[in-house]
Amino acid sequence: MAANSRSLFSADLAQLKVTLRQLGECAIEMLEGATEALVNQDYDLAEQVRKRDNLADALDEKVDEDCVTLLALQAPVARDLRIIMGSARIATDLERIADYAKDIAKVARKLSSEDYFWPLEDIPSMAHSCAAMGRMSLAALDDVDEDMARKCAGMDHEVDARWKLVREQLIQHMEADPSRVRQAAQLLLVARYLERIGDHIVNVAERVHYMATGELRRLDVE
Amino acid sequence: MTAPYQEPIADYLSATTQRPVDDGLNGAGAEVAGPPTGCRVRSEDLHVYYGPVHALKGVTMAIPDRDITALIGPSGCGKSTFLRCFNRMNDVIPDVRVEGRALLGETDINGPRIDVVALRKRVGMVFQQPNPFPMSIYDNVAYGPRIHGIRRRSRLNEIVEVSLRRAALWEEVKDKLRKSAFDLSGGQQQRLCIARTLAVKPEVILMDEPCSALDPQSTFRIEDLMGELKESYTVIIVTHNMQQAARVSSMTGFFLMGELVEFDATRKVFQSPADERTEKYVSGRFG
Repeated sequence: MAANSRSLFSADLAQLKVTLRQLGECAIEMLEGATEALVNQDYDLAEQVRKRDNLADALDEKVDEDCVTLLALQAPVARDLRIIMGSARIATDLERIADYAKDIAKVARKLSSEDYFWPLEDIPSMAHSCAAMGRMSLAALDDVDEDMARKCAGMDHEVDARWKLVREQLIQHMEADPSRVRQAAQLLLVARYLERIGDHIVNVAERVHYMATGELRRLDVE
Repeated sequence: MTAPYQEPIADYLSATTQRPVDDGLNGAGAEVAGPPTGCRVRSEDLHVYYGPVHALKGVTMAIPDRDITALIGPSGCGKSTFLRCFNRMNDVIPDVRVEGRALLGETDINGPRIDVVALRKRVGMVFQQPNPFPMSIYDNVAYGPRIHGIRRRSRLNEIVEVSLRRAALWEEVKDKLRKSAFDLSGGQQQRLCIARTLAVKPEVILMDEPCSALDPQSTFRIEDLMGELKESYTVIIVTHNMQQAARVSSMTGFFLMGELVEFDATRKVFQSPADERTEKYVSGRFG
């Protein structure tokens, strides 16, 4: 029995994962860049991040096309099928993360020329946690590692906890001083985007878990 | 021809779904107790030897009634050997030895007093190559019933029509029943062979790569037909076409080197098989 009689198909699957990985790296770099632009009030960097979303969109489309092609031509089953179906779903989540990063960059651009009334500590911390989760989800994807996927999903509790804290603080600021509402509302949006990014990374982890085990399961409730 | 036979046809169709527990397979005619419903076709620790070659190694399997079970595996894995145990087709091979039990209900098919002709009436078989007899379409279908003693013309007409309808061939051949079966296309010949199998009212239909000699269109027709047949018959199909197994069957068994490696719902076997060897085989990674 030949050890692997579908080497061309295997190469196509490996390429699919490379494209997915590129999309993931792109989304996480956008997240980090947008956060840096927000903290440093760097208009140019924010603009670069915003433009980078085109690459994320293109990579997402490429993953979709490749998945459809492999489904149509290779009749995949079992783990191959799960990898392809999982990749298509993961690409959608990664593309949404890139969209949120773009939205954060837009806020950074908007707030780049005004003083912050509040030290930005919790928001960069949330972003840092999200980026770490994102990198872990990509590592789990590389090895189709269900344990790492589960660990990654577990990190979302920290992001959620911080989101609740930031939300309460910003509401208090808005109540205390109506002149801060406009900026606080923008920062509240950023915190909300980060919380959603955490949820999309959990989705990625759940899809990796599915690829590995064939079992679709919510990992954020464990 | 259709109208006068409406009522008898309805009777015939319903009769095919009501089987006696034992209609005389066992020479002693002793079996009366009904087996557990759900899986009348079973094997228990079934071994087959071809001379020194141990071709089937202790297979225990329960085939769901009135459903389609696919057997897959690389060439020489034992799947056809297993299939042929259920109508004693292995008997014709020299030096064959069968141990363990192949059961139809509670009847041991390999028991010494089994009437093989009666067995093959209950367990029909469709082969890889369509093998119509060198006679007319009508006589091909009427052949089995005649062997089993049906002589009355009107009764034979009914059986031929019902069988051809059930095999989805009637509309194509109703005006040329007296033509030679060899005038039919390959796909039509295979459906004729299925009609011939149905004509003796089997309980079980064994299919050994029934579509491997057919074009895609004929293949899909046979697959559609199988979907209809499973309402009334237990169908077991051996196929090398994994997509076919995935399309038509509810349960799939994977054989490798004479062993049953995995037997589970087809959905499970093709989405997340439990055994790594199954995974590799269905993914085309070996075999």
